[in-house]
Amino acid sequence: MSELTVHLWAGLRRFTGGHEVVTVEASTIGKMLDALVEAYPGLGPILEAGISVAVDGEIINGGRHRPLSPSNEIYLMQRMKGG
Amino acid sequence: MPKDEIKDFRLVGTRPNRPDGLDKVTGRARYGADITAPGMLWGAVLRSPHAHAKILKIDTSKAEALSGVKAVVTRADFPTGLTGEDWNLQENTMAGEKALYDGHAIAAVAATSSQIAQEAVRLIEVEYEVLPHVTDVDDAIKPDAPVIREGAADATVPEGMPPNVVKYFEFGRGDVDAGFKDADLVMERTYKTEATHQGYIEPHACLGQLGADGKGEMWVCTQGQWYIRQMCSAVLGLNAAQLRVTPSEIGGGFGGKTTIFMEPLSLALSQKAGGRPVKIVMSRSEVLRATGPTASASMDVKIGMTKDGKLTAARAEFRMQGGAFPGAPVDMALYCCLAPYKIDNVEHIGYDVLANRPKCAAYRAPGSPMGAFAVESLIDEMCRKLDLDPMDVRLKNAVREGDQASYGPTFGSIGLAEVLEATAKHPNLSAPLGPNQGRGVASGYWFNHSGETSVSLAISEDGNAQVSVGTPDIGGSRASIALMVAETLGIAYEDVRVNVVETGSLGVNEPTHGSRATFASGKAATVAARAAIKEMCRRAANEWGIDEEAVEWVEGAAQPAGPNAGEFPPMSIKEIAKNMGKTGGPISGHHESVPEGVGASFGCHVVDVEVDPETGHTKILRYLVVQDAGRAIHPSYVEGQYQGGAVQGIGWALNEEYVYGDDGRLQNPIFLDYRMPVASDLPMIDTQIVEVPNPGHPFGVRGVGETGITPPLPAIANAIQGATGVRMSHLPMTPTKVLAALKASQE
Repeated sequence: MSELTVHLWAGLRRFTGGHEVVTVEASTIGKMLDALVEAYPGLGPILEAGISVAVDGEIINGGRHRPLSPSNEIYLMQRMKGG
Repeated sequence: MPKDEIKDFRLVGTRPNRPDGLDKVTGRARYGADITAPGMLWGAVLRSPHAHAKILKIDTSKAEALSGVKAVVTRADFPTGLTGEDWNLQENTMAGEKALYDGHAIAAVAATSSQIAQEAVRLIEVEYEVLPHVTDVDDAIKPDAPVIREGAADATVPEGMPPNVVKYFEFGRGDVDAGFKDADLVMERTYKTEATHQGYIEPHACLGQLGADGKGEMWVCTQGQWYIRQMCSAVLGLNAAQLRVTPSEIGGGFGGKTTIFMEPLSLALSQKAGGRPVKIVMSRSEVLRATGPTASASMDVKIGMTKDGKLTAARAEFRMQGGAFPGAPVDMALYCCLAPYKIDNVEHIGYDVLANRPKCAAYRAPGSPMGAFAVESLIDEMCRKLDLDPMDVRLKNAVREGDQASYGPTFGSIGLAEVLEATAKHPNLSAPLGPNQGRGVASGYWFNHSGETSVSLAISEDGNAQVSVGTPDIGGSRASIALMVAETLGIAYEDVRVNVVETGSLGVNEPTHGSRATFASGKAATVAARAAIKEMCRRAANEWGIDEEAVEWVEGAAQPAGPNAGEFPPMSIKEIAKNMGKTGGPISGHHESVPEGVGASFGCHVVDVEVDPETGHTKILRYLVVQDAGRAIHPSYVEGQYQGGAVQGIGWALNEEYVYGDDGRLQNPIFLDYRMPVASDLPMIDTQIVEVPNPGHPFGVRGVGETGITPPLPAIANAIQGATGVRMSHLPMTPTKVLAALKASQE
């Protein structure tokens, strides 16, 4: 398990005690999301509704098992889709 | 793959004939409405004439008594207890307690002929209690607006927001107030765009069959057969694997065919009619009234710029309505609107607002064109005010690899600067302009998308290859995938057939959306081809009695990797395939994944217009699209995507809009009144393909389908200001509106 720095979008600050950047212990995208919900239960419905995760600039969908390390740049984003 | 690595390809980058060309020009291609089946019934749908009304009573007895009618369904025939987006889809498929927009389905009929079905629909009696309605986004967000749906807001909406706000979104970085203080010029404007339809030439059509045992089939015009399967199953309470969905050829989709509308109705009617197949073909009026247009938007933008053109801060607050259901692409609009610029201080706020309009569907780079209209218009106006070259300002502030995007993450390999440099050198930018003529430029951005992808490739007995993909071909993906597979296998383009297959043939595939088909299915097909090559090398190694690692694949044949591997003549794919039944059986390759490595695409458009001061009519004189394709697998298709995006954007900018009357009913539900551009409205759209290869794809592909619709809206507004001095901030810029603005500017 590694300490990951996760950038949220500002609208989520009210669920994280005002923090837009939070840290959680996790080793994959999935475990990172689970850790976020455990630390900040208010995020649960929003993450459950579907989000994307940008890792080092790449927006990833469906990558729960993708490994993460403290050196990764991690952003939560709205779920991507297109036309 | 390094950005500057240019490989010499045998096939990639060439322009062979399209594989579907002969079928399409001879009328043989089978579209949704071409499918028939023995015992088939025809379906028809009763739609609400009201924008907002309680449904007090539905009496179907007269319709059921009509000779030839075999089934009638209402919402009472659907399962209950759905939640979230499943409920939204069901409610949009068939109204429950309320009709939520003009055109909302109320009941459906299946009969032995289309005429009988239409007659039966007219015999259905519905008692409504008409409710106050709202269709404009700025009216819908007011605290005292008619409430569309109680409790529809999600967890992102703080308490105290107006009742039709269903999603709230906020992000940014830096200190925008400090950034504005550092600017020499700060300007703030409000912009509006109207809802437009994707305008695909083929109306929605399907043939559904569902038995009492829950087993069913569907033939349908769609961008995504698995989405149809999943959504119909959810709405009707079916076992998804028991429903087999086959996509037809598709006459355009542009995002609008990534969801369901009347497809579950054909299945519900079929089941009620004893399993007889039911065909439903929408009229153009039904398409416009009841299938997904895009959202309409109201947007405030404030930008700070120094006198030498450096952007110091930007604030964007967008409101969008996407109909009576959540889903307006306000989030994507905000993500994209400032993405071409490196700005340290940015703030974005968005509201998804309900209104009494049809449920919006994705439309080519959902949200991005609206956001670009607001931001690119204001940047252009500021350039004019500061007497700066708009291309210089864009280059000065352009994001590059390693820069932080306006929406947060750090960009990987991107090609905006290369696009802008190519644009600046293009002769269109220096073509002389005459009286009443003006030039506009604008940039645009789309992320592109990957998504669940499954591909299977099989070597045939004669050494050709057939590839099964799950992404319907709406923009040339069969040709592109065939080129990539042929390149990889070392065989001819004509020796590869790419089939778009039904849901029983592959694992789950997301639709052809997000500019993903050539990227994702192409990447998966390349991996599958490599797997087949590995097996063919193994067969050759076994024949030669050497290690398979000692065999390499060169120009369509296995050969020993070096002198130490042995002296054997190359074994061609035809030879290996001919004997495969004797050497271990079929040879194939598969790949399933959510492919990583998506490459974003930036574009820049330049348009010259002439505005008639007497009529306000805007004529497009010249139009240039420059866009990064990563690598153009089949350049003609890439150019076609650029041109198609530009033309749709031109329509959005100048003509197209949903016009609602005071009664909340759509006033222009036919193409005669919903004015799309036709060939005689347009010059040849010039294109220039920029290639900054995407390192995440084996051939460097970036999706190209969507970015092209983003810049036209602001580019044309910018050109109109150049021609007239008048700034248009509300789309579409119809002759009436332009003339009114001209007159107002002269008073």
